Amino acid sequence: MQLALFIIFGALALGGALNLLFQRHPINSALSLVVVMMSLAVLYWSLGAEFLAAAQVIVYSGAIMVLFVFVIMLLNAGEEEHTTGSRAAYTVGIPGAAAIFCLLSFVFLSERNALSTSAIGGDLGNGVDNIAAVSAMLFTKQLLPFEVTSILILVAILGAVVLARKEL
Amino acid sequence: MVPTAYYLILAAMLFSIGIGAFLIKRNVITIFISIELMLNAVNLTFVAFAHMWHQVNGQIFVFFVMVVAAAEAAVGLAIIISIFRTRRTLNVDEINLMKS
Repeated sequence: MQLALFIIFGALALGGALNLLFQRHPINSALSLVVVMMSLAVLYWSLGAEFLAAAQVIVYSGAIMVLFVFVIMLLNAGEEEHTTGSRAAYTVGIPGAAAIFCLLSFVFLSERNALSTSAIGGDLGNGVDNIAAVSAMLFTKQLLPFEVTSILILVAILGAVVLARKEL
Repeated sequence: MVPTAYYLILAAMLFSIGIGAFLIKRNVITIFISIELMLNAVNLTFVAFAHMWHQVNGQIFVFFVMVVAAAEAAVGLAIIISIFRTRRTLNVDEINLMKS
């Protein structure tokens, strides 16, 4: 069951990411990122993070991607021109990205026995559900960082309003 | 039962694709989208490790990453709108004020 979920939605996420890479129009890239985010929400759910699965759908594919699509439509962004780009990106960057992937895969595969397997759903131990555990941690131990994020959001709102004003 | 390593390798694949898109793409909005893809890949790693250790700390971290990503998207898109207003272009090759 979990293997089937992982294969289906992992392949969907990977296909969406590759589509993001190969599409030339920004709106196609944005919509394929929505596919990636929805598949990742299913994977989060299968890993026992129900709260994060819901937050992924609401915050990422709901709020952030709508913002992206609004800006793409507002600026009337067309297909990107086919430029040569920077040569360093092609000669160093792409092999570098491949090398990072190979290194990470090598480490994960060589340590796969230590990493163990994961059953479907959460098992946090003492019989609490995921959202209770998250909120208990968030509102007791992590209360100060949680409050600081609200200030961060406030500053971001003010910054966005100031930056997007007409006369800058 | 899926090995945790598979989730981590999927996250590594998404992250590498994000790096590739970041380097290849010439549109500033698409570059921003590939940054979001990389953040999502890292979030998957956090959730996989949180599940592996039966701890909730990794999920808290993902929550904070989401908050920071939302703030970053708002400010970044405002900067993109501001750039488009003054330069009339979204091509990063033509946005080279700080280069020369």
